[in-house]
Amino acid sequence: MTTPEPLLAITDLSIDARTPEGLRPVLDGVSFALVPGETLCLAGESGSGKSLTALSIMRLLSPSLRQRGGSIKLAGRELTTLPERAMRQLRGGDIAMIFQEPMTSLNPVMTIGAQLTEAIRIHGATDGGSAETRARAMLDAVHINEPARRLGQYPHELSGGMRQRVMIAMALSCRPKVLIADEPTTALDVTVQAQILTLMRELKGEFGTSIILITHDMGVVAEMADRVALLRAGRMVEQGSLTQIFEQPREAYTKQLLDAVPRLGAFRGTDGPPRVTAAPPPVLPAGPILFVRDLEVTYGGATGWFGRGSPPPPVVKRVNFELKAGETLGLVGESGSGKSTIGKAVLGLIPFTGEVVIDGVAIAGLSPGAMKPVRRKAQMIFQDPYASLDPRMSVGESIAEPLAIHGIGTRNERRERVALLLRRVHLTPDQATRYPHEFSGGQRQRICIARALALEPKIIVADESVSALDVSVRAHVLDLLLELQEEMGLSYLFISHDMAVVERMSHQVAVMRGGAFVETGSRRAVFENPVDTYTRALMRAVPVPIPSTIRHQDRVTASA
Amino acid sequence: MASLFAQRIVQAALILLGVALVTFLLLHYLPADPAALIAGRSANAQMIANVRHQLGLDLPLPLQFWRYLSGLLRGDLGRSYIQRSEVATLIVARIPATLVLMLTGILVEVALGLVFGILAAVKRNGFADRAVMTLAFVGVSSPQFVIALLLLYVFAAELGWFPMSGYGTPAHVVLPALTLGLLGAGWYARMVRSAMIDVLNQDYVRTARAKGLSWRRVILRHALPNALLPIVAMIGIDIGQFMGGVVVVEAVYGWPGIGQLAWQAIQQVDVPIIMGVTLVSSLAIVLGNLLADAVAPVLDPRIRGR
Repeated sequence: MTTPEPLLAITDLSIDARTPEGLRPVLDGVSFALVPGETLCLAGESGSGKSLTALSIMRLLSPSLRQRGGSIKLAGRELTTLPERAMRQLRGGDIAMIFQEPMTSLNPVMTIGAQLTEAIRIHGATDGGSAETRARAMLDAVHINEPARRLGQYPHELSGGMRQRVMIAMALSCRPKVLIADEPTTALDVTVQAQILTLMRELKGEFGTSIILITHDMGVVAEMADRVALLRAGRMVEQGSLTQIFEQPREAYTKQLLDAVPRLGAFRGTDGPPRVTAAPPPVLPAGPILFVRDLEVTYGGATGWFGRGSPPPPVVKRVNFELKAGETLGLVGESGSGKSTIGKAVLGLIPFTGEVVIDGVAIAGLSPGAMKPVRRKAQMIFQDPYASLDPRMSVGESIAEPLAIHGIGTRNERRERVALLLRRVHLTPDQATRYPHEFSGGQRQRICIARALALEPKIIVADESVSALDVSVRAHVLDLLLELQEEMGLSYLFISHDMAVVERMSHQVAVMRGGAFVETGSRRAVFENPVDTYTRALMRAVPVPIPSTIRHQDRVTASA
Repeated sequence: MASLFAQRIVQAALILLGVALVTFLLLHYLPADPAALIAGRSANAQMIANVRHQLGLDLPLPLQFWRYLSGLLRGDLGRSYIQRSEVATLIVARIPATLVLMLTGILVEVALGLVFGILAAVKRNGFADRAVMTLAFVGVSSPQFVIALLLLYVFAAELGWFPMSGYGTPAHVVLPALTLGLLGAGWYARMVRSAMIDVLNQDYVRTARAKGLSWRRVILRHALPNALLPIVAMIGIDIGQFMGGVVVVEAVYGWPGIGQLAWQAIQQVDVPIIMGVTLVSSLAIVLGNLLADAVAPVLDPRIRGR
């Protein structure tokens, strides 16, 4: 068998970052080739250099990065030495790119039509008709309804999924040979992700485009790739066919990464999260630690001097639930479903109607003074560990701050408590004097957990607390949360869009859509026998990190 | 949208009322007594009292304010103490001159600010950027009368390109407009630079480049319209700053606008004129902001509709 001529060949690509301390390599000797008609997945965790690789193919690296060496050849033509003018014709013409953030990747003050036709005109890809006709045909090809009307609309009038469709239409409008998709579905809800992935597969055949798909999600890799190239810290770990990578990974890192991927259905047949310690279960009260009845939240009621008109519909509608001591309630749903709003409301951070009882105290209408002792009982961990720590406060100060606010202990006692808390989250006490930027994302999230624990709360609201972390790091943070629950009897209100993570963490689960619970129940009931059609659709949409060929084989062997 | 605009107009009216009240009180508690000034140095207490009575300054303060306000509603700004004429007539006669100065000044500052701001942003951290930013810094921190005198010295006295002072021909407006605009140009260059740098880092600029557009088109078609959004809001607020500059510039160049009128009135404690000019300036600021609010949705589709 002869190997087909590669369409795009990257050889020994190396990139340096200009730092105050001099040049630092961020990509080192990466080589791979893209064969016509295939989808190559560039996979890896954050900082692996996958996006850099893509941007250097387009020659769109930011000025703080410099290509040190290597060659990039498109159909035999060297791109690294091409004059800028020729390169411009290539961009959007022969090689097109779509990006992660559909919400920000389109120009907010230009109409969809203007942005689409611009690319078509520049590359003369009108197919004989006018640029508008071509633009309309492209919107049609990506299954956007009413294409003629959409051309006159602005990006903010479209949903995230629609915007990503527009991006795809724009990228494919000039029939590129190569489409580079950089995390095209990461910012989208799972159900929308499934639609976009299907669309990409469909258009690949229709337009004869080869795809480089960049993703951190092994589920997406399994669904999309013909071949996989795995990067880590700027180096190629291993590459091979999809089945080879998933079935016979050669490198330890590949195995480790695949093992860390949460799989939906991995905890079938159990009622609670897996036990991670041998700690005896703490003695806990039987009643609910958090009790919520008819909770309703409406944003932006009467505002301004002349507040009038009908109030907007509530974002959380008459929600009821209980959280038992030492248990976890997983709140799962897509963006805008109201999960985070519930989290904020039960902590009394936003106005609400209805009843919220924390450890026997109803918090509705409490004065700030009366609320203060209740706040000690319920704390929060946020999504972005980079943004939720004050960069100008040492880690020790950040952790001690809640203690200081509540006037607990002397300065020395607080310092001892900080040391204890740092050990509690598997960091060392001497790290208290360091600043957030010296820590990795996973470590920062541990620091945030330590800060939340400072007041010895009974409830922790964890809002997408592991969503910003890489899978390997995520697993460790989840284990830490489970460990703390087992040893301290904490209750979690665990908010996440990630079905697999919720399955792993929860005792009880509530599925949210449009501000209401569509299904609630024990984890076993919700995940093993979902009743609601939306819950089922949500679970079906989650990409399975097992290639379909293997899944198929398994079924064959099982039946044989 | 319409109701939002109605809200803004009511707010504007309340702001003007507040300005009128505060100016009125400030001028009333001024240590200078206009009645004594008008009556002259040789006048006795009786004569001063007569003048005070004629001007209505012996009435209770709330009544005085009420009379002023009810006059305002009829468009009557009162009579000048010194210049035997209606304040409104005096101001209206001088508005065209000030308007010419303001518009050319704004043109100078926005044009210079845009060109140099974009240049600095595109050549970020390069020589052009540093040069522009240094100049902008000098511009922002120079007192206006210093710039005025410098320009007068170089371009009027030495080179003789433009007249020293006066009003009437396009040549007359150049130096005053430059004086007024240079300070603002520094501000705008800095603002445009940071807005542009911010926009150039946005994802949609990367998208535009990935389409294969030229830098020129990326900057003018994609980046600039977005960078202008905060700048336009700034121009509205800026008109207030501008009115302060107008007084100085008109005084230095002998420009017959309302700034000069105010300058004279302050020296003579001609309270009705000071009040009138203050109110007209406030009105200009309020209108400037209303205008910026009205233009914003035209430029930014995201705030249209609601």
